[in-house]
Amino acid sequence: MALFQTSSDNPAAQKSTALAVLSVAFVLVWLFIAAFPFLWTAWGSFKAEGDFFSRADWMNAIAGPATTAQTGGAFTLDGYRGAWIEKEFWRAAMNTGIVTLCVTMISLTLGTLGGYALARSGFRYTFWILIAALVFRAMPHVTLVSGYLLPFFQLNIWGYLPTTIIVLVAINQPFTLWMLHSFFLSIPKDLDEAAMVDGCTRFQAFRLAIIPVMWPGVVTTGLFSFLLAYNDFTTTSMLLTETNATMIPKINSFLGSTQEEGKVMYAVAAVVSAIIPLFVLIMFFQRQIVSGLTAGAVKG
Amino acid sequence: MTHKEFMAFIWPSLLAMALFIAVPIISVAYQSMFVEHEQIMIETETCGPFGCTPEVAVDQDAMRKVREDSPAGRFNGLDTYTNSSHLATDEITEIVATSENFGEIRDRIMNLPFYKALIFTLSYTFIVTPLVIVFGFIIAVVVNSIPSFLKGPVIFFSLLPMIVTPLVGSLVLFWMIDSRGVVGAFLQYLFADPSLSLKASPTLTWVTLFVYGVWHSAPFAFVVFYAGLQTVPSDTLESSMVDGANRWEQIRFVVMPYLLPLATFVALMQLMDNFRIFEPIIGFSASASATSLSYLIYTDLREAETPLFGSAAATSMLTIIGVIILLLPVLFRNAREFNRKA
Amino acid sequence: MKFKLTTALVACGLAMSTTAALADCGIEGGSVRILSNDFEALHVIADAAKTCANDSVEVTSNATTEHKNIQVPALTTNPASYTVPIVATNSIVPLLNEDLIRPLDAYVEKWGQQLLPQQLIKVDGKVMAIAFMANAQHLFYRKDILEEHGIAVPGTYAELIEASKMLKDKGVMEYPLAANFKPGWNLAAEFVNAYLGTGGDFFKAGSAELDIDNANGMKTLETLKAMTNYMSPDYVTYDTNGVKPIWEANELAFVTSWGSRASAYIGDDSPAPEIAKATALAAMPALMDGGVPSAALWWDGFTIAKNISDEDAEASFRAMMKGISPQVIAENQELAVWLVDGYAPTPAADGVVANLQGKARPYPMVPYMGLLHTALGDNVIEYLQGSESAEQALDDITAAYNTAAKEAGFLN
Repeated sequence: MALFQTSSDNPAAQKSTALAVLSVAFVLVWLFIAAFPFLWTAWGSFKAEGDFFSRADWMNAIAGPATTAQTGGAFTLDGYRGAWIEKEFWRAAMNTGIVTLCVTMISLTLGTLGGYALARSGFRYTFWILIAALVFRAMPHVTLVSGYLLPFFQLNIWGYLPTTIIVLVAINQPFTLWMLHSFFLSIPKDLDEAAMVDGCTRFQAFRLAIIPVMWPGVVTTGLFSFLLAYNDFTTTSMLLTETNATMIPKINSFLGSTQEEGKVMYAVAAVVSAIIPLFVLIMFFQRQIVSGLTAGAVKG
Repeated sequence: MTHKEFMAFIWPSLLAMALFIAVPIISVAYQSMFVEHEQIMIETETCGPFGCTPEVAVDQDAMRKVREDSPAGRFNGLDTYTNSSHLATDEITEIVATSENFGEIRDRIMNLPFYKALIFTLSYTFIVTPLVIVFGFIIAVVVNSIPSFLKGPVIFFSLLPMIVTPLVGSLVLFWMIDSRGVVGAFLQYLFADPSLSLKASPTLTWVTLFVYGVWHSAPFAFVVFYAGLQTVPSDTLESSMVDGANRWEQIRFVVMPYLLPLATFVALMQLMDNFRIFEPIIGFSASASATSLSYLIYTDLREAETPLFGSAAATSMLTIIGVIILLLPVLFRNAREFNRKA
Repeated sequence: MKFKLTTALVACGLAMSTTAALADCGIEGGSVRILSNDFEALHVIADAAKTCANDSVEVTSNATTEHKNIQVPALTTNPASYTVPIVATNSIVPLLNEDLIRPLDAYVEKWGQQLLPQQLIKVDGKVMAIAFMANAQHLFYRKDILEEHGIAVPGTYAELIEASKMLKDKGVMEYPLAANFKPGWNLAAEFVNAYLGTGGDFFKAGSAELDIDNANGMKTLETLKAMTNYMSPDYVTYDTNGVKPIWEANELAFVTSWGSRASAYIGDDSPAPEIAKATALAAMPALMDGGVPSAALWWDGFTIAKNISDEDAEASFRAMMKGISPQVIAENQELAVWLVDGYAPTPAADGVVANLQGKARPYPMVPYMGLLHTALGDNVIEYLQGSESAEQALDDITAAYNTAAKEAGFLN
């Protein structure tokens, strides 16, 4: 964990204050570029549409003359009120909660088992399975989803959350497999082999020796599975009914086929409020990413 | 690991992929070789709120029998692949035969929809992918060196470009880059050109899409590299310091080789994702200047009133083949490594 | 509590009384499942139809922008997942091609007394859909600017372009004109509008063979190109959502856009009230002197799925009769240009009504029109941007259309 930390007991750090300044500047610039559009959106979500999407002068988004004219104050909660109360965005938020939680858990369960097997088996077909997974991933989702429609309607499983969950798990599986396979390769073979010498079966070895040290990889992969399910539009918009819609199709329905005055701000407010749980989540799991593998591997 | 153990671990994953990806791919491949039956038409009169007009309609009774006999349609072999909306082999032969010089050949081929889309797709893939890897790596190294109490917020904000749904992300960004928007106005000021419009010029539209691509995907590379950096063994680093390596040498000779497998992974995923670029084209209304293979599929399947399943299937298969060709170098390397390991 | 009312009473205008006496619409039983696009006028209809629900009648609706992609697979299964697909001039075509909707003549006769003859969409003599809304693109103009500069309301594209030139030359506005020119569906719709104004047909009579590679096609392309001279170069991104804010920012004198947006342009709740007050609507300009307004007329209507039980079909039809009843429409006059009995056009309908009075032509409902629409959407922009000739653009359109039509089985 001592990597590049600018503490005084690190000999390499002392001669590189210039580099430290440079890297701080770099982080600041990057943070600005990364976060500016979102911060702009978050600020704008408290304004009226005429200000945030002002053509006359972008400064209106900061000062908010139309917001003042329409609501009497410089800030308004109309977007949030419209999205959460009038349009019942909480329903979509709940659906998203169910879908993302299930997708992440199932993806990771299947992915860790499969990824572990792929990393530990030396047979030739594992290589071909990995290649096949890559080819599967190359398929454009638009085509895949259009192909699902007819069979799903025939089986009468279209429009329900479990169907969408399974589809998202499957579509995401090649990525999960590859990523976890790479992470398992970096875990020393001796760990589980030693356990098996001690008389464990393969599965016990996996459970006792590997599971304790695999969390950084799993958390990182889980983050991507989570984001995929959370942000998916192609699949959810085609496979869910209006009542079962997750957040992203719901936000799209605020925009509608033609944007109605004010509704766009519902979408903006919805996006901003949808980010908050992610903030909590990442703050919580970033410790896992940082502290997991190194600590585990040393102890193991 | 025995075959039996291997299967016990991997079957759920394989089953999911087989059912929801492999079977659809096979059916798409099959479908791409068929076209619709010849439609039997009848002349009718269509009446509506705006009066009656003589029109034609599909003769349902006649078509029902034909469709029942062979539901997949008429076998067309690979003709859909070679027609003028895809590889356009006949058109290219003709262009080569009748053009005066290379420039004309190039211009006329670029007018064919498939090649026009392919050029943008490839440019996007080969410009965005390396930039994503480089930026992601730099961000990861730098973020790794900041004090740990700042890491959480920094990681969160670094992830924002990936988190904010592209649906609204592009809506807001599209507004910001408008010549009246905050970014557009800033660029006009920066280049002292009041007529600068990122939306109108084809070149600037391409640049905008590239920048968006790097911005959107750099966090992915960042997270993977950052997680990888946590696993770099500290004793190796320390011994390199004892040997007098400076920080650049540390990165170059210790960290980079260690992260190489992850870089391969990021490259693989990014090559694929970028080759399938689609959403930004819709989000930035860029279809006037930039079309991609996935965009062609989208227009065949979604925008069209009458979906062209065969045509979309053929483009999808060509996309897969394109990805395989792109990945060949990486695959060969992996195969060699695999053989060494096995 | 269930009221037993005869159908005769329902039809005879008892519905006009505002008591909730008709809450159960007289339907005995069945399931009504509506699939529609996602905009306000359709929500109103679906909500009204839902008032027919009771213990034995189930009414659900799914309003989604993906309705076009869902409808064919959803109706192919037996029983169909939706009983009432709400369609428009273009989206009914796939349902007709695949034989997924049923003739409505018997239902119209029994329960459709409220319908006007103009609402019946007949194909081959059979009623296949019931229209309830009309839509078309038309001209929006700023009457204050036109008055100030002594410009008459343009009746033809030539006049529109001349007026735009005048405003540009006088320095009033740099780009006085805007239209939905984004490549893809929007630009294709503009081509269709203008081409209909030439009086020509898209296809050779009775066949799927394209017939636009001629003087009419050239005239259409040249007109579109002339318009772009007075539009901001950003026109390549203009769709109906993109143009409205520019209008409200006082940067445009003319827009051609959809009638369904008119109430938002001239409404009191517009974010730019002064501009909304100065906005006036007129028919789409004619392409030829003395020609019809060059706008395609569209309708929105409902159909009933074929693969459902007769009970469900009956319930669906009757619930939709409730949904588009004159009473419901009377309460929502401003939401659309309704085709329903008793509708009194609001000021927002001026443009569409002017199109209708000018005898604008309907959007063609032929099975292969969608293929042409896609081909147009992809191949006009290069000509407008000046990177290829009009002849080349027409060739490209023809090539793209022919390839698609061959694949769909309409051409050999």
